[in-house]
Amino acid sequence: MWEAAANWLGPAEWQAVRLSLRVSFWATVASLPLGIFVAYALARWSFPGKQLLNGLVHLPLILPPVVTGYLLLIAFGRRGFIGQYLEAWFGIVLSFRWTGAAVAAAVMAFPLMVRAIRLAIEAVDPKLEAAAGTLGAPPAWVFVTVTLPLILPGIVAGAILAFAKAIGEFGATITFVSNIPGQTQTMPSAIYAFLQVPGGGEAAGRLVIVAIVIAMAALFLSEFIARRVAKRVAGG
Amino acid sequence: MTLEVTLAHRQGDFDLDVQFQTPPGVTVFFGPSGSGKTTLVNAIAGLLRPQRGRVVADGWVLVDTGAKHFLPPHRRRLGYVFQEGRLFPHLSVRQNLAYGRWFNPGQSPGEFDRVVELLGIGHLLARRPGALSGGEKQRVAIGRALLAAPKLILADEPLAALDEARKEEILPYFERLRDEVAVPIVYVSHSSFEVARLATTVVALRHGRVVALGPPEQVLGDVAAVGPRGAASVLSVRVVAHHADGLSELTCGAGTLWLPRVPEPPGTTLRVRIAAQEVILSRARPQGLSALNILVGTVEDIQKGRGPGALVALRIGRDRLLARVTGRSIRAMGLEPGQTCHAIVKSVAVAPEDVGTTTSPAHAG
Repeated sequence: MWEAAANWLGPAEWQAVRLSLRVSFWATVASLPLGIFVAYALARWSFPGKQLLNGLVHLPLILPPVVTGYLLLIAFGRRGFIGQYLEAWFGIVLSFRWTGAAVAAAVMAFPLMVRAIRLAIEAVDPKLEAAAGTLGAPPAWVFVTVTLPLILPGIVAGAILAFAKAIGEFGATITFVSNIPGQTQTMPSAIYAFLQVPGGGEAAGRLVIVAIVIAMAALFLSEFIARRVAKRVAGG
Repeated sequence: MTLEVTLAHRQGDFDLDVQFQTPPGVTVFFGPSGSGKTTLVNAIAGLLRPQRGRVVADGWVLVDTGAKHFLPPHRRRLGYVFQEGRLFPHLSVRQNLAYGRWFNPGQSPGEFDRVVELLGIGHLLARRPGALSGGEKQRVAIGRALLAAPKLILADEPLAALDEARKEEILPYFERLRDEVAVPIVYVSHSSFEVARLATTVVALRHGRVVALGPPEQVLGDVAAVGPRGAASVLSVRVVAHHADGLSELTCGAGTLWLPRVPEPPGTTLRVRIAAQEVILSRARPQGLSALNILVGTVEDIQKGRGPGALVALRIGRDRLLARVTGRSIRAMGLEPGQTCHAIVKSVAVAPEDVGTTTSPAHAG
């Protein structure tokens, strides 16, 4: 049966599914620490330029994805003002590579991730953190032992939301890293490509079903984990 | 330990400006809401950075804005008991209690068990704070503060969120802390019965200023500090016997007091708070009266209020008893300092929360 399922998708389709999962996984995991940091800064600190940072974080949500992709190309392309140094100093090339697709997905998913985590941080009573401080906990430990456990449901929700967004990312990805099978052709790009050729509708349809299954699975998983974590955190 | 505080802090309309020094024991910051009690205790804890000031606990400088010195809260070795408990909801009671020990190691291993036993919370250790009653939460919060091995215990209205019965459940633990744990305590309260029962020293605050400072007997009788309605006396009494009709016989310096049965055994020394407005005065020894407590003393002084009332202080043995009466009565009775006068106190006017234990038995007759 497993074999039947495996054969149900053609090799090119499997390639797109595997690439999408890899790109989205790394996009989510790699941006999570920064997401938590930015959410914390926006929720708790006041600093000059806070509104600017808030705007920057949310920009990919409102800009046309093509624009975001183009900006990424200008910045991180091989001759981009950041990309050329990444290649010269670290040998990192993002454009037309799966890593570039991951960067595009991470940037597009970042606002959703930050919003979910920020809401969770804002729901934590700062008085609990102050109490931990009076008991001798230095600020970093207060964060690890009090804040982090209490916002875990928000982090899980934010991560899964970001993952789902990354799976569906299309416009910025195709603009920044193009649509190279096996390299940068994620599920949405593959669906787009299949629809461009006559008779590709069936393959596109199969990928659409896979996309729906992955999205639903992510949603259920996030509900399940968030509920378990919330129960543990709330005590009772 | 002495506590030296000099603070000036302005926040919006509120302006705190205080300077005082208190001796070892329990220092109670006493005043109505908005008087600056919590601001003051938060400045001592380091949760508030004062604009100007200096706080020194037992020679240890916690903050000195003049020297640009500010010790963050986690380095002040505090045990802070908050009004709302502030237990960590994601940790069990045992983990909550142990929280402070992660950062203050070197405590004897028996300390945990001793504190758990002192507070009677052994059966709660495996639970989460969400499953505790208000009184239980507050006991755990006290334990958590104690187990941080504090050099100074701060308590900000720890009973305010509890009903009367729960208050009666928690107050004795603070009395035991005062009497058994050698750590100084700063306790914030707006309740004069908590002051009467716990305080070694009272710092009475009003509108961000200190209006009176001294032992509770003195401050609670000071109209400037507590207002005419709040004035009360604190008598030191000793339990003589419990009687079958539900009353306890207590002796104070100059007479016998009959009160609704107190739980303490005969021989215990207690503090009893008697509200000035519950005391009636009589020049002649009253006859055929339902009130059981008639104490004889001499009029020490008479403070006239702005309204029709006046506060009469009687010297009864070593104690001072206050009575709030009208100026008209004083004129009608021809009351003057030095005269002998009888004070009448209804037994039932003294509520159970007005009676607490004390550490100074030498004071009682």
